[in-house]
Amino acid sequence: MLELHHVLMVSVAMLGIGTIGMLVRRNAIVMFMSVELVLNAGNLNFIAFSRFLPDPVGQVFSVFVIVIAAAEVAVGLAIVLALYRNRDTVMVDEAARMKW
Amino acid sequence: MELLVFSILAGLALAGAIGVILARNPVYSALGLLLGLSAVAGLFVVLWAEFIAVVQLMVYAGGVLVLFLFVIMLVDLEQRGLDTDAGRIGPQPSPGWRVAAAMLGILFTVFVGALLLQEPAREVPGAGALDAVLRGGGGGGALGNLEHVGQLLYTSYLVPFELASVLLLVAMIGAVVLAHRER
Repeated sequence: MLELHHVLMVSVAMLGIGTIGMLVRRNAIVMFMSVELVLNAGNLNFIAFSRFLPDPVGQVFSVFVIVIAAAEVAVGLAIVLALYRNRDTVMVDEAARMKW
Repeated sequence: MELLVFSILAGLALAGAIGVILARNPVYSALGLLLGLSAVAGLFVVLWAEFIAVVQLMVYAGGVLVLFLFVIMLVDLEQRGLDTDAGRIGPQPSPGWRVAAAMLGILFTVFVGALLLQEPAREVPGAGALDAVLRGGGGGGALGNLEHVGQLLYTSYLVPFELASVLLLVAMIGAVVLAHRER
């Protein structure tokens, strides 16, 4: 029988993997992919609580999370493209001009 | 049955997530992301959220992932020698990839076969063939139903919904302005 804590364990594992990816990778594109993993872990939580409460509002919220993720990735990848044009790199530690 | 399907999909999702952060080549990261997001869509189906699962597949696998691949190819790290692992892409996949591909194919065949062998859906609103497989007669009712979600979205959450559309418009304009090359 599927229970809430099974889903929450998967969700927290995915959140951890995404966080680790964001911290250890230098490639900005892969960092954005890690952000997507974190957002998906949050979405999985919404859907899981929506299933076990049960309350469909969680599904409505996950629609908004998907919208935010799409907007974030569009703007973020545009920034990565602009960075590549100006600096010839997408490695975040090489783009350190504004570092004080 | 429900727990078994959930475990398989959860394993695939976590494997894809680990692949995202371990792959040296960003293209492999993108493929790992595809695996992870598709498995999460399957998890949504198990959790009675069919509509969100379809949205997940369309927006992530169809939109976001293609955007990622486009940017990876535009950025073109391989010619600069920044990504030493890229030369491994060749016509001959390694045995591990063949095994993985065969296992995915078998899994897909089993899923499709289970769906095809299923009896026609019962007369419960919102209960399709997948529901019958996963729920084994338990009633999710209208929880994952598109009508139910849509009704909430267009009544109680109408203002956030419209604001989300404005946000998407702003993001689109911002992305175009940022990525536009002036001549």
